Amino acid sequence: MPTTTIAGRDVAVDDEGFMTQYDQWDEDMGKALAAAIGVDMTDEHWNVIRFLREDFKAQGETPTIRRVSTAGGVDTKQLFVLFPKKPAKKMAYIAGLPKPLGCV
Amino acid sequence: MTATQDMIVPSFDDDDNSYRKLAIICSKGNLDMAYPGLILGNAALGEGVELHLFFTFWGFDMITKGRMERLKFTPVGNTAAHMPMALTPLPGMTKMATRMMQKSMDALDIPPVPEFLELIKGSGGHVWACRLSADMNHLTKDDLWDGVDGIISASDFIEMTDGAQLLFI
Repeated sequence: MPTTTIAGRDVAVDDEGFMTQYDQWDEDMGKALAAAIGVDMTDEHWNVIRFLREDFKAQGETPTIRRVSTAGGVDTKQLFVLFPKKPAKKMAYIAGLPKPLGCV
Repeated sequence: MTATQDMIVPSFDDDDNSYRKLAIICSKGNLDMAYPGLILGNAALGEGVELHLFFTFWGFDMITKGRMERLKFTPVGNTAAHMPMALTPLPGMTKMATRMMQKSMDALDIPPVPEFLELIKGSGGHVWACRLSADMNHLTKDDLWDGVDGIISASDFIEMTDGAQLLFI
């Protein structure tokens, strides 16, 4: 498992760069991860990322786009605006979580 | 805050100019056969792939108001239902099998067909109805789900899907 430096700290990541330790993440790191993939974080982005973090903690898995919209209350269309092209993976990456496994 | 140089950053294909497009022809009106196209189409959208769904023949039920909420699953002729074939045509069997399938879909948080189509539209997918199927069933756009982008001919569809990957279900 590789280690990388994000926001000045050494953290564990998988081969693609997704963080693997839930507790190693903080919002400074989220900001750095977002910057690395060209996402400029606004309050709206943070709302989504905080939902992902809480939902992962409660459910034990990264929520899918559908779950972020049904349980998190964020419109699907808006998720594609906030995290263009591949919202599910980008949200997970910024939130320091594994890629979602669910099909829907 | 900037990332240090040794940071591993996944590729989200943002700089990839090779544009990917997927077209799925949905030709079946059974509940079990409605899902593959919706699930794959939705997954494609989540990966940044342009999606066109084309509904034709029995698949028309998936986008017809009053029918799309009532698609059924039948074990008749389906050996993968793992029950004696002689029992499958018994009265009430289709109703029961449908209810069971709906329940397992629900347990996995997979939405019913109309809601699934909403999700696909919300994610930027395109929904097309087949001209011949509309004519055959004497249906107009008013009879179809509101999210349908249009009723188009087979040639329109071929033209529209130039360069796309195609899936027939």
